[in-house]
Amino acid sequence: MRLARDVVRGEEERKLRDISGEEVRSCYQCGKCSAGCAMTSMMDLLPHQVIRLVQLGQVEEALASRTIWLCASCLACSARCPRGVSLPNVMESLRVTMLRPGGRHIDPARLPADVLENAPEQALVAGLRKYS
Amino acid sequence: MSLRQGSMRYPYFPGCTLKAKARGFETSAVASAGALGVHLDEMENWQCCGATFPLQADNSFPLVSPARTLASARKMGERLVTLCSACYNVLKRTNHVLRTDVGRRDKVNAFIEEDYAGDLEVMHFLEVLRDDVGFDALARSVKTSLGGLAVAPYYGCLLLRPNDELGFDDPEAPHILEDFLSALGCQVVDHPYKIECCGSYVALEPGDLASGPSRMVVESARSRGAQAIVTSCPLCQYNLDVAQQGAHGREQAGVPVIYFTQLLAIALGLPEDVLGFEGHVISPGPLLRCVGVVGSDAIA
Ligand code: SF4
Ligand code: SF4
Ligand code: SF4
Ligand code: SF4
Repeated sequence: MRLARDVVRGEEERKLRDISGEEVRSCYQCGKCSAGCAMTSMMDLLPHQVIRLVQLGQVEEALASRTIWLCASCLACSARCPRGVSLPNVMESLRVTMLRPGGRHIDPARLPADVLENAPEQALVAGLRKYS
Repeated sequence: MSLRQGSMRYPYFPGCTLKAKARGFETSAVASAGALGVHLDEMENWQCCGATFPLQADNSFPLVSPARTLASARKMGERLVTLCSACYNVLKRTNHVLRTDVGRRDKVNAFIEEDYAGDLEVMHFLEVLRDDVGFDALARSVKTSLGGLAVAPYYGCLLLRPNDELGFDDPEAPHILEDFLSALGCQVVDHPYKIECCGSYVALEPGDLASGPSRMVVESARSRGAQAIVTSCPLCQYNLDVAQQGAHGREQAGVPVIYFTQLLAIALGLPEDVLGFEGHVISPGPLLRCVGVVGSDAIA
């Protein structure tokens, strides 16, 4: 694959960096984050692959991934990253790129009745802040 | 002995969940604290902390609500006690930002019209039990023997990470819950998933996606002989509990998931009406009756 410099170091990556406060180029793709992530069995891309896409300016592909919505912000990966990359911040920057223009990943009005009935307030508040 | 009867008062932040779906967490904690000479003094002006710490460097707005709570708590004293792991995490992390990042502090203070410098100590009730009551004194206060009940601690993420801001316990090998359970006379069941994430708010995703990680946690405890799992997070409680829905009727009985304060209240011999097990999917009632630590059938 050939990538032009202005794609790799493009506007999209800069915008994500402003939101996340993270320098994804520090990541050397060791995969330790993915190895310890509790959510990987459901993800289409592994966490370190999302970072790689952002490093290469392939932001559209990262934004289309299920992974950004399955990251639970548990911080297991950032606690163990040898390069000090806060991957959950990068995931959040991708989510809010989708949400800030008014997008919604989950519509509160369409949550199933049993979830609304039984889930703790903490789940609803946290979830709707991450997903809408 | 570090237990000073009747001498300890703390401003206390309950959070929204403990006033609604997790009432038993609060009633068991407040009653247990009282029995140990600790008065949890609910602060007057509190609001929901937001339940999740914002991971955005360019947006300070989500810090406003927890900052208001912190500024108002500071007027009551130098410490603030929390019970819910999420409240602890969000308030302590927000406090860290306000203490260390002058730019964001000024911005938030200007908005809430306060002059708060981040000089409050945000504590979890487990730390009060360990450091101010003392686990030795706690062990001497036990009235009802838990008879070696096999209990697995579950920390999840919010008590432990990020360790450089929370400093709660060893982030990879914590032991405060183990020490607490030992003080109550439980048999501690160690298991490899005790600091793994349960799936958190992914519980709102359609398709029951958080139940995979939650089942791993439950299975890790159950297969090592745990009769119950303790947590201090209402979302962990919910996720681990509902992941076992439908587990009845199979050869394996479900493992009750309870708040550490509910076990504490039982050990301190408090009345069963403070336990608040209503709403738990896997009822702890049969287990607790079976080992003889609660008497009545009032516990469903
Ligand atoms: S652990 Fe850190 S350095 Fe390794 S792949 Fe993940 S983000 Fe990159
Ligand atoms: S923060 Fe997200 S990516 Fe990192 S380990 Fe947790 S769920 Fe996985
Ligand atoms: S964490 Fe929750 S329970 Fe605690 S106040 Fe915040 S939203 Fe409410
Ligand atoms: S709810 Fe899950 S995500 Fe939260 S602390 Fe509990 S383990 Fe972590």
